Amino acid sequence: MLDVKAGDDESFNLLLQKYRTPLVNFLYRMVRDTATAEDLAQEVFLRVYRARKQYSPSAKFTTWLFRIATNLALNSVRDNRHRQMEVSLDAAPADEDVAPLQLPTREMRIDEHMVERDRADFIRGVISTLPEKQRVAVLLHKYEEMDYGEIARILDCSESALKSLLFRAYETLRVQLAPLVSPPARHAGKEARHEM
Amino acid sequence: MKCEDVSKELIPYLDRRANSADRHEVEEHLAACLACHARAEELRKLWTVLDEVPVIEPSFGFDARMRARIAEEPRPRWFRWFVPQPRLALSMALLLAVSVWMSRLPQDNSGFAGSAQSEHEQFQVIKNLDVLENYDVLSKFDALDEVPAEQQPDQKNDQQQQQDDGG
Repeated sequence: MLDVKAGDDESFNLLLQKYRTPLVNFLYRMVRDTATAEDLAQEVFLRVYRARKQYSPSAKFTTWLFRIATNLALNSVRDNRHRQMEVSLDAAPADEDVAPLQLPTREMRIDEHMVERDRADFIRGVISTLPEKQRVAVLLHKYEEMDYGEIARILDCSESALKSLLFRAYETLRVQLAPLVSPPARHAGKEARHEM
Repeated sequence: MKCEDVSKELIPYLDRRANSADRHEVEEHLAACLACHARAEELRKLWTVLDEVPVIEPSFGFDARMRARIAEEPRPRWFRWFVPQPRLALSMALLLAVSVWMSRLPQDNSGFAGSAQSEHEQFQVIKNLDVLENYDVLSKFDALDEVPAEQQPDQKNDQQQQQDDGG
């Protein structure tokens, strides 16, 4: 990054090569849309390029990079949520006689997901239901394998608070993904019935 | 270590980033607490499940688009040192305009003349200082209070003429 700061464009290309895949993946897991994730990743690199003269090597480059990415992703998610709310409020009801939407039980929802989507999509969907800060913490911890200090700096919290945050996030995921973590032993039950 | 205490150290223990003291305490607790042991095992499995999310690659044109956007960014030029910044140029122009306007104002020398006059008065006071400090002279000033107001010059001349005639 110091070479980029000195005006070396080739070094910027190296940064691009090294960080584009983790950055696009992080953003994709945040916003769950490939095109938006790529646009945001480009915006992150552009901001890095524009701010290269002000870069000080006091913090790790990845901390700086993912902090920009986190802020952009959260803004995008909030904007998108806001847009969806506006659409749903403006849209006239298609049919007044339609029965109110019944929220499916966890078992039903999981079954539907198993049928309609593959496991990866289901997992991504569950991760995206986590609160914003927990989601960022899990993505940086599990997929970017960042250390606690770096994640704490990105999220602007203490390491102790981060550990509690991560525990709560993983506990939620453990419960939500229980059918994948500890699948019900259906086959075992069937086999037992056959034996009888 | 209690169950609520272990919860904070459980994730660093499972990802092998806990220090040896914390690790030892968590291991002791897990050996004694079946509920926390089961939870730790499920969290281990959860991490394997989370690994099923595949890594995606940026699209083919990602780099090209990025380079194009970077190329559009304004670049620093060597002659920029000589091109004045707009704010600086405006400030300098304003300063120059105010200087020209002030230089065209009519010169007022009254202050200088006044100061020269007061200097002259001070010189007169200093010159007469011996007289003013002389007690005899000052004590005779009381008689001057009884002197009538200054008469008109033509009245003075008439009085003088009467005295001369009488004399």
